[in-house]
Amino acid sequence: MAGKTPISRKPVNFYVPIVAAFGALAGLFVGTAQGSGFLGLIIGAVLLGAMAFVATQIIKTERPTKWGFTVLLAVGGLLLGGIPGLVIGALFGWFFGWLTWWLYEGRYREKLAPYLTPGQVLWHFTFRVICGAIFVFLITPILVVMPLSFNSQDFFTFTPEMLRFEAEGYSLKHYRDFLTNNDWQNALRNSVLIAPAATLLSVSFGTLAAIGLSSEHVPFRRAIMAILISPMIVPLIISAAGMYFFYSRIGLQGTYFGVVLAHAALGIPFVIITVTATLVGFDRSLTRAAANMGANPVTTFFRVQMPLILPGVISGGLFAFITSFDEVVVVLFVGSAGQKTLPWQMFTGLREQISPTILAVATILVTLSILLLATVELLRRRSERLRGMSPG
Amino acid sequence: MKVVPALLAETALSVPALPVLADGHMASEMTIVSWGGAYSKSQLRAYHEPYSANTGVEIINDDSSAEAVAKLRAMNEAGNVTWDVVDVVAADAIRLCDEGLALEIDADTQLAAAPDGTPASEDFGDLLVSDCFIPQIVYSTTFGYRTDLVGDTAPTSVCAVFDTETYPGKRSLEKRPINNMEWALICDGVAKADVYDVLETEEGQNQALAKLDTIKDDVIWWSAGADTPQLLADGEVVMGSTYNGRLFSVIEEQNQPVAMLWDAQVFDLDGWIIPTGLSPERQARALDYIMFATDTQRLADQAKYISYGPARASSAPLVGKHADLGIEMAPHMPTDPNNAQNTFLYNYEFWADYRDDIDAKFQAWLAQ
Repeated sequence: MAGKTPISRKPVNFYVPIVAAFGALAGLFVGTAQGSGFLGLIIGAVLLGAMAFVATQIIKTERPTKWGFTVLLAVGGLLLGGIPGLVIGALFGWFFGWLTWWLYEGRYREKLAPYLTPGQVLWHFTFRVICGAIFVFLITPILVVMPLSFNSQDFFTFTPEMLRFEAEGYSLKHYRDFLTNNDWQNALRNSVLIAPAATLLSVSFGTLAAIGLSSEHVPFRRAIMAILISPMIVPLIISAAGMYFFYSRIGLQGTYFGVVLAHAALGIPFVIITVTATLVGFDRSLTRAAANMGANPVTTFFRVQMPLILPGVISGGLFAFITSFDEVVVVLFVGSAGQKTLPWQMFTGLREQISPTILAVATILVTLSILLLATVELLRRRSERLRGMSPG
Repeated sequence: MKVVPALLAETALSVPALPVLADGHMASEMTIVSWGGAYSKSQLRAYHEPYSANTGVEIINDDSSAEAVAKLRAMNEAGNVTWDVVDVVAADAIRLCDEGLALEIDADTQLAAAPDGTPASEDFGDLLVSDCFIPQIVYSTTFGYRTDLVGDTAPTSVCAVFDTETYPGKRSLEKRPINNMEWALICDGVAKADVYDVLETEEGQNQALAKLDTIKDDVIWWSAGADTPQLLADGEVVMGSTYNGRLFSVIEEQNQPVAMLWDAQVFDLDGWIIPTGLSPERQARALDYIMFATDTQRLADQAKYISYGPARASSAPLVGKHADLGIEMAPHMPTDPNNAQNTFLYNYEFWADYRDDIDAKFQAWLAQ
């Protein structure tokens, strides 16, 4: 894309202090890890400010100086922290080389509208940094789990061998444990049996309820809606305790069917909400038109209404599935050891035996969730494209 | 309307089917509740597997001992006791027995005698702390320390925990007053024999808390037995208290640079109870299991898999080598004479009387 704004080189007193400030921040981290944060801060600021000055004012060619930054900081990292230091140093170097030239050449201004004030430009980039920080905050705990799951030790620890990227530091033994251990395999089987059954019940009941509640002649619609949504609002532990006593008396406690019913009750609100939302955009005259042409209500539902509200039904079903698949409180009450699900096994595992097998399972589940969501999203886009609802 | 009749049919079929299913379960399955982890595994190999092989009964493990008292109360209230045998610490067994939630056992007629004919009540001796409790192991809560973080002089006394000058760094302690109050008093100059007399008084409790206050900023509080091993392996703490079996696993099985500080270890008991409210046939089978699982040989067998001392006097000579590592287990038992030079027995009566008071004080102190 061509630039909106003509760009020009910036004066030294603009970009060198900025690079130095970023250098100070990086220096603070490195310094704290090495024992003195303050010293690191000073060294980082001076070093990177000087490097930025030399690169732009003395050497003056972009590509070699960018490589220079990368190599120099990589070597520095290697001296301080070995192989991991090398990788981190190289990344830092690449970033600072890019930052220096990006600021010096004024490229940051290129794609922004010409009339923005410096304050607005600053905010534009600050906003992006904040968004990035939030993203990192949300994602890091999930990512940290993944390398730890390949730990060759039985603790949640980055061992020195792992940090040096030595092969002995890594192993697949926790994955092997998950795949061969009876406890985990039973838990997996239970989860895979219970979640789809609960989803099926939630989707069937939830969709029917949403359709019923969206037609105007139903009395006490709001009250019924509130009751049906309540499992989502009442604290889970209250529902769980209530279900426990109720199911115990009618003989459902400690049975698969009991757990499926309990999870279905938890999933129904999600289906009702998403389907109700899609029904808002559903044109009721279509059902009348279908009836006019001789279709009975069932045919109308499956041939006319269902295809149009399907995205809502599917996303509700996904939520219901995830609710059941992730649920630990209710199953602890309503289930017995025979219905132990994966989250239950992970919960007791964390409490009694902090074993990285839990991390291996977590990694597998995260990967599966990503694949599942990606598939659903791709299917949704495909169907929208086929139906001509989106230009893509 | 295909969906609804199908669902109704399913419901109609399932409900009458349930009691039949339940009875079918009862004949061949029993649920045994324990603590999980390496401990449950040791029971699986020493007790469950041979019992299943002998009788054909399938045993389901439920790792719920941590909340056993609350769950048994709930089951009793709901009139639906689903557990057959439960592994609890002695203090919980005493509470459950007082509340009528655990079955009273007559040691001499319902437990196996020692091979030489000594009746069970003598073989277990003082460890039969409650009429409902069948002791299984003696374990201890003690300290482990990082050998590479304590400098040249390895700690030999429990008071090293309170000595942050010689041993700087964090230490992990259990988030409850029990044991911590006793250790604090011992290290504040109170003689071992007087500890509980001092702890009965308001001043004594304040004295213990004041001693704990000197290290409060250096303490990481744990609530699960697996926490301290993790913290030690991480090097997050220099020393920490936990169950001796956990430390054994860290040192011998995981090869971490950790050593035991047996000084002032606190002995406690763990064992079985049978819940009340079981059907006669389930109760009979639970009793049959208990008779088998707590005989002299079985208790000695468990010590092959985990370093907890068997509760029967007659089992001690039979303790052999670790099943996988092949090392002698006797030197790793908390009851071994070398380890038991300075020990402490958890005082059940004292803590039964004072627990609520001291707990409240301790929690208030923690929150300060």
